[in-house]
Amino acid sequence: MHASNRSLVSRRGALLGIASAVAFGRSALALAAAPTDRRLVVVILRGALDGLSAVPPYGDPALIGLRPGLIPPQPGAEGGMGDLGGFYGLHPAMPGMLGLFRAGQALPVHAVAGHVRTRSHFEAQDLMESGADERMSSGWLNRAVMALPARPASGAALSIGVSLPLLLRGPAAIGSYAPQSFAPPQADLYAKLLALHQSDPVTGPALREGLAERGFTADHIATGQPVEAKDKNSFPTLAGTAGRLLAAADGPRIAAMELEGWDTHVNQAQRLNGPLAQLDRGVMALKDGLGDAWAQTAVLVMTEFGRTARVNGTGGTDHGTGGVAFVVGGAVKGGRVLATWPGLGEGKLLEGRDLQPTLDLRSVAKGLLQAHLGLSGPALAQVFPGSEGAPPLMGLIRAG
Amino acid sequence: MDNRAAHALIRFGLGHAAGESLPGAPSTWLRQQLVGPDTAPAGLQPQPGGSVADAIATFMLDRSDPPPEGQPRRTGQLFRAEMQGLFQNAITTPASFRERLVWFWANHFTVSTRRGEVNALAGSFIREAIRPYVTGPFGDMLLAVMRHPAMLLYLDNAQSFGPNSRVGQRQNKGLNENLARECLELHTLTPASGYTQADVTEFARILTGWSVEQKEPPLGYKFRPFVHEPGPKRLMGYQFVEGEQGGIDALRFLGEHPATHRALATKLARHFIADAPPPDAIRAIEGTLRDTRGNLGAACQMLITLPSAWIPLQKLRSPQDFLLAALRASGLPADDDGPRKVPVIAILSGLGQAPFGAAQPSGWPDRAAEWAGPEAMLRRVDWAYGFAGRGNLPEPMQFADTALGPLLSDATGTEIRRAGSRRDGLTLLLASPEFQRR
Repeated sequence: MHASNRSLVSRRGALLGIASAVAFGRSALALAAAPTDRRLVVVILRGALDGLSAVPPYGDPALIGLRPGLIPPQPGAEGGMGDLGGFYGLHPAMPGMLGLFRAGQALPVHAVAGHVRTRSHFEAQDLMESGADERMSSGWLNRAVMALPARPASGAALSIGVSLPLLLRGPAAIGSYAPQSFAPPQADLYAKLLALHQSDPVTGPALREGLAERGFTADHIATGQPVEAKDKNSFPTLAGTAGRLLAAADGPRIAAMELEGWDTHVNQAQRLNGPLAQLDRGVMALKDGLGDAWAQTAVLVMTEFGRTARVNGTGGTDHGTGGVAFVVGGAVKGGRVLATWPGLGEGKLLEGRDLQPTLDLRSVAKGLLQAHLGLSGPALAQVFPGSEGAPPLMGLIRAG
Repeated sequence: MDNRAAHALIRFGLGHAAGESLPGAPSTWLRQQLVGPDTAPAGLQPQPGGSVADAIATFMLDRSDPPPEGQPRRTGQLFRAEMQGLFQNAITTPASFRERLVWFWANHFTVSTRRGEVNALAGSFIREAIRPYVTGPFGDMLLAVMRHPAMLLYLDNAQSFGPNSRVGQRQNKGLNENLARECLELHTLTPASGYTQADVTEFARILTGWSVEQKEPPLGYKFRPFVHEPGPKRLMGYQFVEGEQGGIDALRFLGEHPATHRALATKLARHFIADAPPPDAIRAIEGTLRDTRGNLGAACQMLITLPSAWIPLQKLRSPQDFLLAALRASGLPADDDGPRKVPVIAILSGLGQAPFGAAQPSGWPDRAAEWAGPEAMLRRVDWAYGFAGRGNLPEPMQFADTALGPLLSDATGTEIRRAGSRRDGLTLLLASPEFQRR
């Protein structure tokens, strides 16, 4: 740490509880404040995670015939999958998740899918983040913050990175914070620019929020300077940062993270190891960063859709339907796999190609918002318009 | 500089360059750029390395004979050389409307260096599949793109096998529908046309055999009959013959489909008019595309006549637009090494728009909300401040006059004149609200 940064770090440290953070490359993070001690983190896996690889139903006799070469060795074998209770396994690249499962803190949810049938990444991601039948200008997580029993204090929101996912766009204020690779000017220049941009409906609010989250509030503007980046592009680093931010007594309570690299059309057995390990280490880093606050945390890991049940012509899988989600955290009632298993045998696949979904992803999200953040029925209806057919899933969160 | 001249340079072009003479008749200036062949200098092509075959040989050599630890890969060097040529041209060309169209269509047909081979192929992709076609029939560009190794590798078609083809049967390989799906969804029809999963699969069958020769000369696009799925195929209710011709016919059909014209008109209008363009403007461009069987030059001629395209500063500049406009007005060269140079690739990465680095095949967004994040805007300010600290820039008000002309606001002009230093003045200009827009 350079001496010139020490005061900044301690000031930022006091404000945010961190010294560095990042958001370029294949991962990003955004956060929001909320009037609760519960923490909710949503991780979007962009590109469609293959659920049948992450949580292989090795007990289904049809699995092996559909995808020879794509299934990790059986539980107990060298390099084999972890056992999740005799029917499902966990991909060997996720040892941290296996530990959480055994500790009763990880709950894989299988044969789950968004409510609109599309095999377009972009449409499916938009709808998953909108939480509605059509693309909205706000995301369900932002609307959930607005619908909390007590309203969030303004100006305390935070996001890391230059991109804000649709999931967290909307009326609740989201700011941003990221490490500096460029030279920040003096505070008085920022002040002049704020004035020039004041009446611009797009750039004005963006600059205002950005400066506020860097600590350049009216009080700080004479002295503030942002901190240096320590390292880059690592989802676990970003997740650890998120954990420390969320752990702070006056820190944000809601976070959205993104991790790319799941669109495994080719050579999937090899290509999936890296992203799964990133995800696994990220979850563990989040837990470490949260410390004691992990007990009050629930994490939803979701993806836009699953992938074809059969291996394709190039050792990969194409866009499918049913897939897997993970609910993880100290507050989660885990240690089991939650699924109504549709089967993979003859005549069981959707359109003869995809895992048949038996659970609406919105039910999982609504179950978390209700049990973990205390959202009422009417609030849930606002957050997920038109979702009457997808009641909140019960039993995701530990009592007390 | 009158308002229309400034607007033409800023909205349709890439910004007014230092020393660039002003168009006396802005509409004529724009129209003339839509006529005749592209005038990008031959020096844009690195020697050797610029041809598709050179590019393939380059990444194959990196594979067979990797450079020693710590040495840059040949593909990376080629990519940097290509980008330097492209950006140098973008900041100096007098035909900056034509050049904007090149970037627009390169983004429509996104290929990304997230697929390693694209590092070597990006330059030839623009040069051979995009640049020659931006004022001609859309179907010609579509065919050139779908046959370019950059696209065939980026979206996996080079590894898609007809399950009943000779190779597919012998090696037990099958379809990869990635390119077929994205072509229907992003490049041509869009989901509004109502195509089905069956159409995607069938189009993937049509495109089997469209592949890349990476080993034996001639290197480049190659149709492989023994990989091609036998038999006729049906796409959107029409039958297409077996063989390479079936794919050519299918692309011609898709390129001239009304849903494609609607999608292209909407995308052009969004880029050149507003994030939410007026429906009658979209209809006018769509009508031109329909009447000319997809002639992109004619569509742009129509675009220029639309009054809604002449309302100033409606669009937020993307990071690349922002950087190019600053560099054009500064008169500085683009370069990626050397102490006095401007490292364009690194800056654009820092601003969130690394060249050929889009995360997904849908390319970079074209709406303000997706570029105006708080951190993204602050990074522009910070970059501007760093850039303004260089010693070799014009005086702030002279810079402002070049960059914005009559579109400089009184408030910004006043702050620039009052600024305590040259550096502060230049920062205020480059970070001003009007400089973020086009």
